[in-house]
Amino acid sequence: MRSYALFPGCSGDADTMYYRSAQAVCPLLDIELIEIEDWNCCGATPYISINNLEATCVAARNLALAQKTGLDLVTSCSCCYVIQNQTDSHLREYPELREKVSEALAAGGLQYQGGVRVRHLLEILVNDVGYEAISSKVKKGLEGLKVACYYGCLVVRPKLGFDDPEFPQSLDRLMESLGAEPTPFHLKSRCCGGALILPEEGLVQGLIHKLLENALAGGAECIVTVCPLCHTNLDAYQAKVNRRFKTNYHLPVLYLPQLMGLAFGIDSGSLDLEKLMISPKKVLESFY
Amino acid sequence: MKEIVTGFAEEVCSIPGGETIHKCIQCGVCSGSCPNADLMDYSPRKLIAMVRSGMREEVLSSNSMWYCLTCYLCTVRCPRGIKPTELMHALECLAVRHDLATRRTTTPIVYQSFVDILTRNGRVHEVDFIFRYYLNLYRLFLRMKPLAALKMVALAFMTPVALKLFGRGRLAFKAKRIKRRRELNAILNTARS
Repeated sequence: MRSYALFPGCSGDADTMYYRSAQAVCPLLDIELIEIEDWNCCGATPYISINNLEATCVAARNLALAQKTGLDLVTSCSCCYVIQNQTDSHLREYPELREKVSEALAAGGLQYQGGVRVRHLLEILVNDVGYEAISSKVKKGLEGLKVACYYGCLVVRPKLGFDDPEFPQSLDRLMESLGAEPTPFHLKSRCCGGALILPEEGLVQGLIHKLLENALAGGAECIVTVCPLCHTNLDAYQAKVNRRFKTNYHLPVLYLPQLMGLAFGIDSGSLDLEKLMISPKKVLESFY
Repeated sequence: MKEIVTGFAEEVCSIPGGETIHKCIQCGVCSGSCPNADLMDYSPRKLIAMVRSGMREEVLSSNSMWYCLTCYLCTVRCPRGIKPTELMHALECLAVRHDLATRRTTTPIVYQSFVDILTRNGRVHEVDFIFRYYLNLYRLFLRMKPLAALKMVALAFMTPVALKLFGRGRLAFKAKRIKRRRELNAILNTARS
């Protein structure tokens, strides 16, 4: 059994679909995810854009809490992944910042020595578990399912080293090991607009439109993703994009553990598939 | 009052990610890679040149960095190892610090609303975050900023999406908080002092 300190992130905390399906799948792969006690929001893009020092302190609190567990920090959110990683490397690279942050953490009775490994769910599935082990757990292979693998930005950029930053392959290989067929998808690591959906919805709708168009052109029946922000943008805004661009997209957008769960024969009820805005029923019916 | 700033470039360099501007060779790969460069007052390449020329007001009051999607495409492509994404964040921080953040997009208000909720609850959930954004827009509206009224109307059009998400149990209405908020406050207060 491999144990990890789980950092669910705020989006995994409110919208439990991703989190619950990951918790259902991981035990089958001998992975134990232990939630970090009293973790806080990583600060995401907004905080580093408002106050760098405070943002670093907030994220450093999570690193300090993770360090107490002695385990690698694993998050299922790509944004938390980058922020927590960047905080760790900034604390290493900038001694002046480290000093100020240590002082602040001490005021809260915490300390961070550095050295917590920050990892993404996709990365531990690929590197620690491996395609073969995943493939050996498959009960109902997703044979014939055409999937566009959407990585988004932050699981592969900035270059944290586990996959190519522009033409990543890991998720495609993982889908193959479940029996599915990854489709050509040139925009697989292009931006969905992320948090700008709130202030600049029109602009972000354009980015979502391009992604859906490109996924469909490759012959995809559904999209799989590993980031809650990408998921919300592609799933919840698809109807609005259709209205604005006079299109008729109906592409279900699933989280990676949801598809893994189906292939592993987990009951579709505990994978929260009914919570998706674009129902995957038609596409996935034969795998339920 | 903050300390008197002598050189703008030096000030940018003092924030992590800002110090790399001296390595820039103005090749323009960052601007060519940016999905939003066409919406920016100054492209990333131009922005770096302007910082180095000390054009403080122009840079900090521009909309450029607020259109950064934080997609890091420029960062992985830069042949000099500069991290323009981090530079954009540094410029945003400085614009906020000197109260020069543009009002032509509400991105700074969205970010500030997010931080308001984070520092209060320790976690951020859509519903309280959006209410906070609405409140901050309203305050801006009272200061006669027309964009705020427009955005308030636009936000109302998001209600159907929010309701659908709520109907599927994907939105938490009750604010989630961390237990040791006092610990987080102590950390932040020390950082601010």
